Amino acid sequence: MKEKGWKECLWGGLIVDAGNSVLYKTGDWRSQKPIRDEKKCTDCLQCWIMCPDAAIKVKDGKVVGIDYDYCKGCGICSKVCPFDAIEMKEEGEQ
Amino acid sequence: MVSLKKLSEKEELLAPGHRLCAGCGASIIVRQVLLAAEDPVVIANATGCLEVATTIYPYTAWRVPWIHSAFENAAATIAGVETMYQVKKRKGEITRDIKFLAFGGDGGTYDIGIQALSGALERGHDILYICYNNGAYMNTGIQRSSATPKGASTTTSPAGKVIPGKRRFPKDLTAIVAAHNIPYCGQTSPSFYNDLIGKVQKALSAEGPTFLNIISPCPRGWRHETDQSIAMAEEAVTCCFWPLYEVENGEWRLTGYSKQIAEGKKEKTSVIDWMRKQGRFRHLFTDARKPFLDSIQEEVEREWENLKKRCGY
Repeated sequence: MKEKGWKECLWGGLIVDAGNSVLYKTGDWRSQKPIRDEKKCTDCLQCWIMCPDAAIKVKDGKVVGIDYDYCKGCGICSKVCPFDAIEMKEEGEQ
Repeated sequence: MVSLKKLSEKEELLAPGHRLCAGCGASIIVRQVLLAAEDPVVIANATGCLEVATTIYPYTAWRVPWIHSAFENAAATIAGVETMYQVKKRKGEITRDIKFLAFGGDGGTYDIGIQALSGALERGHDILYICYNNGAYMNTGIQRSSATPKGASTTTSPAGKVIPGKRRFPKDLTAIVAAHNIPYCGQTSPSFYNDLIGKVQKALSAEGPTFLNIISPCPRGWRHETDQSIAMAEEAVTCCFWPLYEVENGEWRLTGYSKQIAEGKKEKTSVIDWMRKQGRFRHLFTDARKPFLDSIQEEVEREWENLKKRCGY
């Protein structure tokens, strides 16, 4: 995003584009990468409800992937998974 | 019981791309709260980690109307917005139902915002105030607050040869709020999302001021690995440092896991074991500090017994 000068900013520090933080990709913070094993996953969605970054992609009640654009690699998903379906790997290892 | 499949069909109202730390408890709490809300919501946010990291100009992670004005006045701000809504509704300018929420950290709630919170509760605004309680001023670099547990080392209660970390117990804000005789308040933890979502829905369906105090693990301030956040917020409950309970129209009730402990259906874990897993208590595990450590366990025991009595056990 191009930085604005003060004259171009809206009064009161308004941000009218709700949710535009998606333009800021936090995935490059990550040093550990969660890898999901589709065969072990039962779509219980524990990882989804516990993810701080809404990085577990769910469609029609099923996990369809991990959003590496935003995943910061905290590893919570891997810890809360009751089926050991998510493994944390060193970034760049795979 | 909450159906996660059903919840997952709802729109994600806290967008990713916010800059809270990896493993932060606050964004887990906010996601669960927003998923619980059935009506449109308007949110006021006190200054703190959540406010700073979700709205770094020119970005915002919020997909709902959101306002920040200062550290001490999230409750007053949302009270003003709610009052305007009531007037506009009476005049017929707004017809739909809207819910009004405020988020504040423990600094913005226990310390700096308590006057505004108390005022808003007493005036009877139809709001839900949520304190995400990570037990210190984490945003400015881990200074003690009145929610910091006894024995925790922070930059303003540093552990050393003389000082064993914070020397005072945290104040019981949930009980202080309950003393306002509001329709609903309680304590919960994001590790028990059923409990959390159930309480948010109860609070939002009540008429008048409501309050939830939610424990929010902080890997930076508590000094644990980022993947331990949910485990820490869970063990805080199982060791009875952070019991799950609600106060509905003056009636005190234990809920979920805490209720099961009181009824002997679940095992209570040790507070000291929970503390051992967090670096902020590291200095307490020496022979010399043993009496101090024991005094913490005793205090948590006593508070738990008091709470059980209040809840009729």
